[in-house]
Amino acid sequence: MSTTAVVTGLGVVSPNGLGIKDFWAATKSGKSGIGRITRFDPSPYPARLAGEIPGFVAEDHLPNRLLPQTDRMTQLALVAADWALADAGVTPAELPEFDMGVVTASHSGGFEFGQGELKKLWSLGSQHVSAYQSFAWFYAVNSGQISIRNGMKGPSGVVVSDQAGGLDAIAQARRQIRKGTALIVSGGVEAPVCPWGWVAQLAGNRLSTSDEPARAYLPFDAEACGHVPGEGGAILVLEAAEAARRRGAKVYGEIAGYGATIDPRPGSGGEPGLRRALETALADAGVRPGEVDVVFADAAAIPELDRAEADAINAVFGPGGVPVTAPKTMTGRLYSGAAPLDLASAFLAMADGLIPPTVNTEPSPEYGLDLVTAQPRPAEIRTALVLARGQGGFNSALVVRAAD
Amino acid sequence: MATKEFTLDDLKRILREGAGADESVDLDGDILDTDFEELGYESLALLETGGRIEREFGITLDDDVLTDARTPRALIAAVNALLGAGAAA
Amino acid sequence: MTGRRVVITGMEVLAPGGIGTKNFWSLLSEGRTATRGITFFDPSPFRSRVAAEIDFDPEEHGLSPQEVRRMDRAAQFAVVAARGAVADSGIELEEYDPYRVGVTIGSAVGATMGLDQEYRIVSDGGRLDLVDHTYAVPHLYNYLVPSSFTAEVAWAVGAQGPSTVVSTGCTSGIDAVGYAVELIREGSVDVMVAGASDAPISPITMACFDAIKATTPRHDRPECASRPFDGTRNGFVLGEGAAVFVLEELGSARRRGAHIYAEIAGYATRSNAYHMTGLRPDGAEMAEAIRVALDEARMNPEEIDYINAHGSGTKQNDRHETAAFKRSLGEHAYRTPVSSIKSMVGHSLGAIGSIEIAASALAMEHNVVPPTANLHTPDPECDLDYVPLTARDQITDAVLTVGSGFGGFQSAMVLARPERSAA
Repeated sequence: MSTTAVVTGLGVVSPNGLGIKDFWAATKSGKSGIGRITRFDPSPYPARLAGEIPGFVAEDHLPNRLLPQTDRMTQLALVAADWALADAGVTPAELPEFDMGVVTASHSGGFEFGQGELKKLWSLGSQHVSAYQSFAWFYAVNSGQISIRNGMKGPSGVVVSDQAGGLDAIAQARRQIRKGTALIVSGGVEAPVCPWGWVAQLAGNRLSTSDEPARAYLPFDAEACGHVPGEGGAILVLEAAEAARRRGAKVYGEIAGYGATIDPRPGSGGEPGLRRALETALADAGVRPGEVDVVFADAAAIPELDRAEADAINAVFGPGGVPVTAPKTMTGRLYSGAAPLDLASAFLAMADGLIPPTVNTEPSPEYGLDLVTAQPRPAEIRTALVLARGQGGFNSALVVRAAD
Repeated sequence: MATKEFTLDDLKRILREGAGADESVDLDGDILDTDFEELGYESLALLETGGRIEREFGITLDDDVLTDARTPRALIAAVNALLGAGAAA
Repeated sequence: MTGRRVVITGMEVLAPGGIGTKNFWSLLSEGRTATRGITFFDPSPFRSRVAAEIDFDPEEHGLSPQEVRRMDRAAQFAVVAARGAVADSGIELEEYDPYRVGVTIGSAVGATMGLDQEYRIVSDGGRLDLVDHTYAVPHLYNYLVPSSFTAEVAWAVGAQGPSTVVSTGCTSGIDAVGYAVELIREGSVDVMVAGASDAPISPITMACFDAIKATTPRHDRPECASRPFDGTRNGFVLGEGAAVFVLEELGSARRRGAHIYAEIAGYATRSNAYHMTGLRPDGAEMAEAIRVALDEARMNPEEIDYINAHGSGTKQNDRHETAAFKRSLGEHAYRTPVSSIKSMVGHSLGAIGSIEIAASALAMEHNVVPPTANLHTPDPECDLDYVPLTARDQITDAVLTVGSGFGGFQSAMVLARPERSAA
């Protein structure tokens, strides 16, 4: 029988709250972090809203020496990791260094840092490019910097599967725990809100062009018109259940099941793979559909993608058969950070007995979902399912179970 | 052409801009003969610093300069030697 | 360790100087080098002006004009290599449940080349801070997120199982294959198409390695520029390429009568938790990865016949890994041939780990150890047998291949013959 992986610490950096306390207070009361972009002038672009994190001052949390060599994304990730470890009551220096690893998901790397160096390259010349460009922007930077800051020498890794990657990282972390590593820091944090990152995202043709924060990102609504991107995410501490029990750790819950697929080639007419990912995750967890208390939806807010997700959920649970929610309507889509943040929400929801709401959406009846809207819904939550999909057809599903 | 001089203040400014400063180190103290490593600057930080000095002062540092100059005094001397040579040429 | 054992049944390599596995092996076994003066752009402003470039015409390799348009060069490499690997393996993927066939592609820097070129346009040569979206290519999002590489490969081969990109810097090519092996072993999939691709020879990459003096400034004789373990080496030579494999469970591979190149008997990765670019000279973390990989393979150090080194050609690396080999293999390190194919094909960042797995499997296939080219002047601190200049005939039943990357990642993989007695 394989080792159980449990979650013992959460670190959250979200547009609607820094730290789990602020984040959960905002999330359960429906407070949104979406607004007009302030980090640059968005007026030349067709999309102008984002979920930005206000009030994050890296200098307050990190050594000064780290600041010139890190993108905002990495600064947020390092702080989220610090908070997650503190929440878990773990002091890394006290644990065997090869018994701790770091597995994060990435989406576009430290893109803002990269933009600055590309500008120097092309406007001033190659000699003006920073020594830190060699790693500050690349996809592996968050895992590397977290491992260095915390002295973690165990198995580490980085996965990139667009927005599905956040769950793939958690699954890979569980795999390492099953292979014998006691603790893995995992999750994802992004910060692609810079002009160059914005232009690249616009090319994906999925951004909402609405200027009204309350009308811009409306998954499962007849007026769904694309998504609002955001920055942030969450870092989780995963531990072998036995190790957590030995040290008397507080346990949020268990990573119980995982499934992942990729859609067939666009235009091939094949069935999307989300349903299979979902069924695989339930089977892996040994959970029957009736035991799932809430689904955290991917919530693309693109009509055909909302349709595909509703079809997958309804096929497994029956129409309206399970409460569904998308608190990411308050943060925007955070790419690799989205699903780890949803996982944090799922654990906080279990602890609080409340399903957080999907704000702003007026659910279209054609989707046949029991969407939790406007107000949080009291519920006993023992088992939650988190779905995440990425551009390119990536589908991942993760089942988490409350601690006994 | 005016001869530029590279001073300790220039070095401290460039270190702070390019590599930051370790909270436990007082760069405004007597650091001229303190090893860069003790000041919290490893080879990468010195490469970044060297690149900034090269651009600002219009010189090219040999690869060995940054590894051989282990203290601010040595680096300042090496940079000024190049600046002097440039002025003389 | 579960009972499921994973073997390589197909491969395709795109390397400088050798497109296709056969040409690649000719280059290695003859000890020829593929490094040259950069031709992709004017290298004169750069400190390092040599690279190992591939002369690659994507349409000649079966990509349609639209596929060429929407894919960065590294994605093109990946798709061509994946199709080649599936063809080489003789596997009929249509006969499998597509949800039990997955894809992992490793890449350190993703679509850097495409991003560099597109930034230059949308910023009008770096002039605009608010870069102009109306000048962006329609497929720029595919460059932004390198998981597009894996999606392209999955579509090309018809895979619908767990699929991702693994991006752990210069160990990506080992870690992507290691990730795939774990998926087969745990029973999540039956077949994985796994490998790595990078095409980083672009001004921004050259500039950032110039800034840390990691690449060689020697360009008088480009063909001799990559000199791992040589006392006069002074940095690596950037390369590009891809290698992709078909991985299957041993029993099903045997049942279908597949040709088996090698079993992936053990794999591990560890981090040095020390520095994003620096290495401590003791090699302790790489040694630990090697120890765990051997343990997983249930093999003793004495069973390793050949070490395919990271051998990037920086002084720091060569000493670090020499120490790691001694630390993990003891006296056997002195008796084991060690070589770096980066002397011939350069350092293609994330791709090279997979290219080196291919070289390791081919060394077993041919019972020939590829040499370290350009090694004329021994470095007293690197005192192992680095197989200078000329390939060596030698029974090769088990190979250790290692990688070391920015971010502190240290990875090790053991390839062996599946019929070995210890298994």
